[in-house]
Amino acid sequence: MSDDLIKTIFGRLTLESFPIHEPILVGTFIMVAIGGAAVLGALTYFKLWGYLWKEWFTSVDHKKIGIMYIVLALIMFLRGFADALMMRAQQAMAFGGSEGFLPAHHYDQVFTAHGVIMIFFVAMPFVTGLMNYVVPLQIGARDVSFPFLNNFSFWMTVSGAVTVMMSLFVGEFARTGWLAMAPLSGLDYSPDVGVDYYIWALQIAGVGTLLSGVNLLATIIKMRAPGMSLMQMPIFTWSALVTNVLIVAAFPVLTAVLAMLSLDRYIGTNFFTNTGGGNPMMYVNMIWIWGHPEVYILILPAFGVFSEVVSTFSGKRLFGYTSMVYALIVICILSYLVWLHHFFTMGSGASVNSFFGITTMIISIPTGAKIFNWLFTMYRGRIRFELPMMWAVAFMLTFVVGGMTGVMLAVPPADFQFHNSLFLIAHFHNVIIGGVLFGMFAGVNYWWPKAFGFKLDRFWGTISFWCWVVGFWVAFTPLYVLGLMGVTRRLRAFEDPSLQIWFVIAAIGALIIAAGIGAMLMQFYVSIRDREKLRDVTGDPWNGRTLEWATSSPPPAYNFAFTPVVHDLDAWHDMKSKKAERPTTGFRAIHMPKNTGAGIILAGLSTVFGVAMIWYIWWLAALSFVALIATAIGHTFNYDRDFHIPAEDVVNSEDARTRALQSAGV
Amino acid sequence: MSAETHGHGPNHGQGHDHAHHDAHDHHGGAAHGSRREYWIGFILSVLLTAPAFALVMTGIIPDPRVTAGIVIALALVQIVVHMIYFLHMNTKSENGWTMLALIFTAIIVLIVIAGSLWVMYHMNLNMMPGMQMEQSSGGM
Amino acid sequence: MSTTAQTAPGTAAPSYYDLDEHEHPPGASTMLGFWLYLMSDCLIFAMLFAAYGVYGGSFAGGPGPKELFELPLVAVNTTMLLLSSITYGFAMLNADEKNKAATLRWLGVTGVFGAAFLAIELYEFSNLIHEGAGPWRSAFLSSFFTLVGTHGLHVTFGIIWLVTLMVQVARRGLEPANLRRLQCLSLFWHFLDVVWIGVFTFVYLLGVLR
Repeated sequence: MSDDLIKTIFGRLTLESFPIHEPILVGTFIMVAIGGAAVLGALTYFKLWGYLWKEWFTSVDHKKIGIMYIVLALIMFLRGFADALMMRAQQAMAFGGSEGFLPAHHYDQVFTAHGVIMIFFVAMPFVTGLMNYVVPLQIGARDVSFPFLNNFSFWMTVSGAVTVMMSLFVGEFARTGWLAMAPLSGLDYSPDVGVDYYIWALQIAGVGTLLSGVNLLATIIKMRAPGMSLMQMPIFTWSALVTNVLIVAAFPVLTAVLAMLSLDRYIGTNFFTNTGGGNPMMYVNMIWIWGHPEVYILILPAFGVFSEVVSTFSGKRLFGYTSMVYALIVICILSYLVWLHHFFTMGSGASVNSFFGITTMIISIPTGAKIFNWLFTMYRGRIRFELPMMWAVAFMLTFVVGGMTGVMLAVPPADFQFHNSLFLIAHFHNVIIGGVLFGMFAGVNYWWPKAFGFKLDRFWGTISFWCWVVGFWVAFTPLYVLGLMGVTRRLRAFEDPSLQIWFVIAAIGALIIAAGIGAMLMQFYVSIRDREKLRDVTGDPWNGRTLEWATSSPPPAYNFAFTPVVHDLDAWHDMKSKKAERPTTGFRAIHMPKNTGAGIILAGLSTVFGVAMIWYIWWLAALSFVALIATAIGHTFNYDRDFHIPAEDVVNSEDARTRALQSAGV
Repeated sequence: MSAETHGHGPNHGQGHDHAHHDAHDHHGGAAHGSRREYWIGFILSVLLTAPAFALVMTGIIPDPRVTAGIVIALALVQIVVHMIYFLHMNTKSENGWTMLALIFTAIIVLIVIAGSLWVMYHMNLNMMPGMQMEQSSGGM
Repeated sequence: MSTTAQTAPGTAAPSYYDLDEHEHPPGASTMLGFWLYLMSDCLIFAMLFAAYGVYGGSFAGGPGPKELFELPLVAVNTTMLLLSSITYGFAMLNADEKNKAATLRWLGVTGVFGAAFLAIELYEFSNLIHEGAGPWRSAFLSSFFTLVGTHGLHVTFGIIWLVTLMVQVARRGLEPANLRRLQCLSLFWHFLDVVWIGVFTFVYLLGVLR
């Protein structure tokens, strides 16, 4: 075949695109291939494909989609953490002339992939999954507003994750850092496919994120149980409401910026180039307009989890509920007024820098108010140190330090010293691990019994907890120290041998965290093995306060046989204290949405489209795009989208619950 | 089952809201227009668009800054006209949530556009003083 | 907030479960959800306007708005879009009156005006590119083409959607789901009109004035 023909068919994909000369990648590939084959084989052997397809992949049930989001987050977390271990090992080794074990070309991809994966494919799906699972239950709804869209959003997120993972074995990932700053990410300096992988993975996943934001917003606004006014919504739902406002108002900005970057790369426009009137700093400006709200998109749901956990395990109503709500709303607006603090050093001058420095300091006030609210909730409460509560306390201690170093960074003149140093790295890991991740772990431990009907094992949970907390401090305190000494981020090798000890300590910390992750996986395994011992039949294992605890664990597909009527904040607590009787007769058929495979098909076509664009395979891009539009239009011709769960099915599952409650003596 | 019969369906959260029994308010609370409204909107937008083009194309006002001011004012009024007569914005539909969303979006749009211009203008001013002439005419 | 409505008849205590639930109509959240989506779209345009604002004078030695923009053409284009807006309004009015034939007729007219708008825009673009003023010439032209082109792309999708809806209305009539879809497209269409006001004012008119 002629070269031209091959180029037309395969674009810039050649045999050299497969990294067969890099032993680390080949080893990884073999392991992934073996593991993947084992999983696929097992699924086939146990004949699980049909089950997975019917009950999970095509499901429009918000609970199943929520669980799938969290599974995605955990899988991607393992990948992201493997990158972290590699970086820590590299930096601990590469001293005194040693180059470590990662070549520059590979190391740069590792730190980029670590950041991208941890933010977009771990933290985001974790947060979205938790909101998806909990919010409809907390507001007494049967599903979200747009159940099909929910399924589609999830698969678009998966599609983005698949694209990132593909870059490991086909071609390469970006070597630009997680925000792909121009002009480095432009075609002149990154001519390879790496940045294109980055762009398309984020654009595809971004569609999912945006739509799930719209969906949850509409759900919270329109689907609340009768009587639940805004100021009677559980605080986690409030944080979800504000988070989704931020998602809907911030992610389009990312979409627009990445679209401009891709125009620069694909058709040669001059937005962020050094020539032709372009300005790379405009990229920095625009991407941080998305980037700062994004920080709050991640942390606010965690705040919501802690509020629920602290209130439940202190046995008290949340202190200062109203002030919590107003703090959320203030943060929502203010988070759009601080973006420049990420690039004080750009040189916008004193007036601009002082404005953004001051707004940054102001935004720490509502956050601090929340900490006091949690402390006052605990004050004189009957605190039960169950696992979720332990994570909450560890969060408060850890996060406050991260918050305070954040205020240090908010001072523009000081930031000229801290900028791009390891101090910054330590700061944001301090708030993201100590805030977001601890929050998600608290959430998983708290809501696991709701999702699966049994509690998580306490022994392994405690081990995981201590490994994480200790490991975090051992790993990141040295980075604060190094940052104050002026060590910048993303370095691969070092000259000064006196720094090595700090990197070695940090690597030990990473290993302790690895033990924490291992213990967590062990915790899941042991809990599933001992599930009968850990079983909770009441549906309310923690003496909860909000409506998700009013139904069975796991909840039936329709969540509530009769929609609860809300009279007070902490509706379930109110119902329990007023001895509200759960109705045991008079069940009716329930109207529910039907499952559909359209979401997974559309997302699959999007993946093909993305990959074709990355490799310049134009015919495939055109074909998959047309197929995408055609499938989407075809789906709109399907008007038959819902069905009724027959009354006898409802009666059966509700009677089973009645018996379970009687046997438990409730 | 029809979309119009919905007792308390979509407005759960607000309990049994009164806005709900409004005759206008079917299809989940979205507002509708009348033939009269569409005509008013159309005529107003013609009356607002035509002068804007005419002012710029004839250059009848010697000071371009004055022309620019008038053109911008006309555009802002026309946006409001379209919002009211074509998009049927009011404070009541969806219990005010559409209006709230619009106001919030307007604030964010204002912040990101004005903020970007301000930030980039100052950066050019400080970091590229040599290009001041070109940029100051371009930046703002 | 009336709690009396939730109190079961004949009992004094408030009820905690809605025992007499009415079936929820499907799509009760659709209009709100679509509006929220439009608000997010608004922010995409905001960023493109911001880029145009920042790059509006970065000609890189190339041509500027005065040499490039033909206001009469833009005026014609604006007219097309305005006309399509009111014709879409007529389609909606007829849809509310359950007049299927008239609805389809007005939708068709709207689609023709939309297509005319696109044709004129493509003509303008191809002229510019022929004059050597393509999007790669300068940051100013990059931001111009991206902003105006994104609006055009929206109109294109609007027309595809419009045709799809015409088929669906023709097949199934003006049933609730189709009415809802018509209302969504109505919001989309009029929203594009609002964006166009920003485009012709800030890009074309103020560009020529500069």
